[in-house]
Amino acid sequence: MSGPSKYVPQSGFEKWIDKRLPLVRFAYDTMIDFPTPKNLNYWWTFGAILAIFLGIQIVTGIILVMHYIPATDRAFMSIAHIMRDVNYGWLIRYMHMSGASFFFLAVYMHIFRGLYYGSYKEPREVLWGLGVIIYLLMVMTAFMGYVLPWGQMSFWGATVITNLTSAIPFVGESIHNWLLGGFAVDQPTLNRFLSLHYLLPFVILGVVVLHIWALHVPGNNNPTGVEVKDVEKETLPFHPYYTIKDAFAILVFLMVYFAFVFFAPEALNHPDNYIPANNQVTPAHIVPEWYLLPFYAILRAVDFDIIPGIFTAKLGGVIAMLGAILVWLALPVLDSSKIKSMRYRPLARIFWFIWIANFIFLGICGAMPAQAPWTWLSKIGLIYYFSYFLLILPLVSKFEKPKTPPASIADSIANAPKGEEPNPNIVGVVQN
Amino acid sequence: MRKIITSVVIAFAALSAGTAFANTGAVKLMDAGGSYNGPFGRFDRAQLQRGFQIYKEVCSSCHSMNQLHYRNLGDKYGPYYDPKYPNPNDNPVIKAIAKGYTVKDVDASGAPVDRAGIPADRFVAPFASDYDAKQANGGVAPPDLSVITKARHGGANYVYSLLLGYDHTPPHDLVIPDGKSYNPYIAGGIIGMPKQIVDDLVTYADTPENKGIKATADQEAKDIAAFLTWAGDPHQTERKSAGIATLLFLFIMTIFTWMSYQAVWRNVKH
Repeated sequence: MSGPSKYVPQSGFEKWIDKRLPLVRFAYDTMIDFPTPKNLNYWWTFGAILAIFLGIQIVTGIILVMHYIPATDRAFMSIAHIMRDVNYGWLIRYMHMSGASFFFLAVYMHIFRGLYYGSYKEPREVLWGLGVIIYLLMVMTAFMGYVLPWGQMSFWGATVITNLTSAIPFVGESIHNWLLGGFAVDQPTLNRFLSLHYLLPFVILGVVVLHIWALHVPGNNNPTGVEVKDVEKETLPFHPYYTIKDAFAILVFLMVYFAFVFFAPEALNHPDNYIPANNQVTPAHIVPEWYLLPFYAILRAVDFDIIPGIFTAKLGGVIAMLGAILVWLALPVLDSSKIKSMRYRPLARIFWFIWIANFIFLGICGAMPAQAPWTWLSKIGLIYYFSYFLLILPLVSKFEKPKTPPASIADSIANAPKGEEPNPNIVGVVQN
Repeated sequence: MRKIITSVVIAFAALSAGTAFANTGAVKLMDAGGSYNGPFGRFDRAQLQRGFQIYKEVCSSCHSMNQLHYRNLGDKYGPYYDPKYPNPNDNPVIKAIAKGYTVKDVDASGAPVDRAGIPADRFVAPFASDYDAKQANGGVAPPDLSVITKARHGGANYVYSLLLGYDHTPPHDLVIPDGKSYNPYIAGGIIGMPKQIVDDLVTYADTPENKGIKATADQEAKDIAAFLTWAGDPHQTERKSAGIATLLFLFIMTIFTWMSYQAVWRNVKH
């Protein structure tokens, strides 16, 4: 919520710097004074959690690179060296490994929240779009990071996924070889994946800055989906109100994360990645990390040629998988409902719950071998996944009779029963 | 508060779904009953020594452990740790173990020499090359055991079950080739390694810690499973202790943060 700055420089230094490069003013306006709706719930704490995890991943990653050797005959042993001989190497690597999982867990919570409370609607379309780009970059980074230990799953995962580029008609093969730096996943591939795995987090960091900037112009959405009308009555300065609330949520999340890091660090890892990469032996099941399973299921669900020879099953799968993420970009157009929050959209809300269940269901399908019944179950999952965006939301937003949201955030707070979150039904009755 | 609980439950559900479907073992494994399981579980030093003894006398004739050095045996929480020698390279037990091996090396002029091992050497592999290992073992090299408990679903339970899994009757439609054995715990059911673990395979040292421990097949398999778990994850004990301290710290800090949060928001209707 950008408005006139309320920052008043106090000391001589602050006055001096404020005339030249108003860094302190910038920090004050964005991190201290930033007016934030009073009624945010815990789903809004995942943004801060994600920032912490980007930090954890970058810091642990920079340390890991100091000990890692990107050579096909030494990468696996250099990981062993980190785990055994580097001081606290096991901690740094386990934090990085589990960190990826928890980063994705948090980003899913963040995305699901955006879908539920209509955070992609006007005036936050750019904010949402930047978020989708961040997610895409995260997927690429995670995928390339998983290749670096050069275990069996690293190697074969890389082989399967890079092979998808060869589905592009006519130029696919050339692009495939160009991407790998050869005809198969090998030393040149490992080198460039390390380079990109190191580069992309900083690109993510840059887009995150834009994401936060795009958040600070329209300000936060909130559970009612009603925009702030009275800054005095309906918002609080970010600090100390939300810094302390976010800190609490971060600590709770970190407890779960560290429980995994210290007590079950391998629980989310595939055992095959502790077998050195071997291009002569294919693992029985090639599966990606858990957080990519829903998209892997979508990729495999298209197992029939659309036009044999040109529009192959492989190409169809690639388009479906990429489309599954890119379709999020079109959400502001597809969902034309004026009501943002699903609290007041009884019908859309049901479809949202089904979509979440379907997403988890697709994840299960992705973990299973590509055989019946999982092949056709994935197809059902895929159909619902896309129908939700391309069919259900556009239609529901036309025909649904939404409940009346509160006139303002202040109203919703005033009418909430004491000690409870505002209840949509009660608010609706009062409105009528 | 209700919302926090909901979020935590959802987070756990998502995670456990991920974990549950990562485990697709076909046969139920037997429980190796390791003292090292769970956040408070610790290795039994005497058991690690027994496990190493079996590795040294039996397994190592085919299986390498190329991520380990002899010095690792004297690391803190390792089988031969001695508080008198914080640097395991000084530990006489480790020196004696290493000395028992012949290491191929080159001298100052670059000529190949054989010399006695030192604690800083890697475990000497049974075969000079992967090719030799394959030639001597019917075309498939015996897997390296450094991280075998991490590289198989079930870890220690898998090792324990596999070693004792030779006495099952194969399904009638499964043809066991000559020189191979049936073992339900390995993928496909056919294993190249013959049955190794039998009663009194080794003679355990007569130490006070080993009092009452008999070298039964079951005990031996448990000891190997324990040793290999330690070998694959030698910092496990440190990790768990650090984990308990970290979680205690975070828990206390969370409570204080919660109280501050309540105090800051005390007069805000939201």
